[in-house]
Amino acid sequence: MSNALMASLLPEANANMPDFDPGDTVRVHQRITEGRNERIQIFQGVVIAKHGGKGAGATYTVRRVASGGIGVERTFPIYSKSVEKVEVLRKARVRRARLYYLRERQGKSARLREKIMVRGD
Amino acid sequence: MRGILGKKVGMTQLFDESGAVVPVTVIEAGPCYVTQVKTDETDGYCAVQIGYEEVPERKLTKGERGHLSKAQTPNIRRLRELRFEEAPQYTLGDEIKADVFQEGDFVDVVGVSKGKGFAGAVKRHNFRGGPKTHGQSDRHRATGSRGAGTTPGHTFPGSKAPGQMGNARVTIQNLKVALVDAERNLLVVRGAIPGPKGGLVFVREAVKKPKS
Repeated sequence: MSNALMASLLPEANANMPDFDPGDTVRVHQRITEGRNERIQIFQGVVIAKHGGKGAGATYTVRRVASGGIGVERTFPIYSKSVEKVEVLRKARVRRARLYYLRERQGKSARLREKIMVRGD
Repeated sequence: MRGILGKKVGMTQLFDESGAVVPVTVIEAGPCYVTQVKTDETDGYCAVQIGYEEVPERKLTKGERGHLSKAQTPNIRRLRELRFEEAPQYTLGDEIKADVFQEGDFVDVVGVSKGKGFAGAVKRHNFRGGPKTHGQSDRHRATGSRGAGTTPGHTFPGSKAPGQMGNARVTIQNLKVALVDAERNLLVVRGAIPGPKGGLVFVREAVKKPKS
């Protein structure tokens, strides 16, 4: 009973929420409200971690290297209503779930091998 | 006075209109039944006794069953009283569901907090404890001084000391109702409430409503 009750409260999954995994490069379109204006802000980077499983508080962290080589990481709730959509640009083959090692790397050593999609995958 | 009995289901989080995350507690509230109506004439004060939690008949004593038979309610085992200033409008056997409250209402939630046993002053009252080093042997989590010496010559009553922590009746005031679903007996309030999951809680209209 209790678990069913809790599950029934889970927010509806965002229709524009594709399946992605750590290592994938994504574009997160977030709605930003400034006073009366609304605009879409895009944050593009590599998903370096997913956190919280399927729970109501689940999040994912996107890392991008901004101009000047400064790393910027943003964590978005999976069920966030302010995220308009997420585009998956590139899938990569990685061997761990949390890619925190990317923080210490830059340039060549920060590359990720692209996952070649076999048909039916 | 509006009130309902329920069970704490657990905590989760929701998003509000602005997209901000709100921590909420889910309560399985009701259905409750009016088991007794007290009025000035009969009891000297006005109140409604409500009952919650259906159980098999064998779990109740004959006395309890006899009491419930007057109201023709299911076999319920938790009874609480709701005080009224004047004669209440409920009649015997009335059903009370979660929709006595609406989204946005302020409520007080009464429950029995989780028992922590006999706890020291560091855990119970956030005392600092003693130094960890510099030759300390048994003073790491000690309470320190209990007060002055010969004058006053005794420990002041009410001073913070080790003792039973938790397992006490706790009221959390002015929690905002985030969601109501009477069909599923669902009441969701913002913030935390006392007690373990599955613990009995009493939800009532806020006594001290915040100024809006």
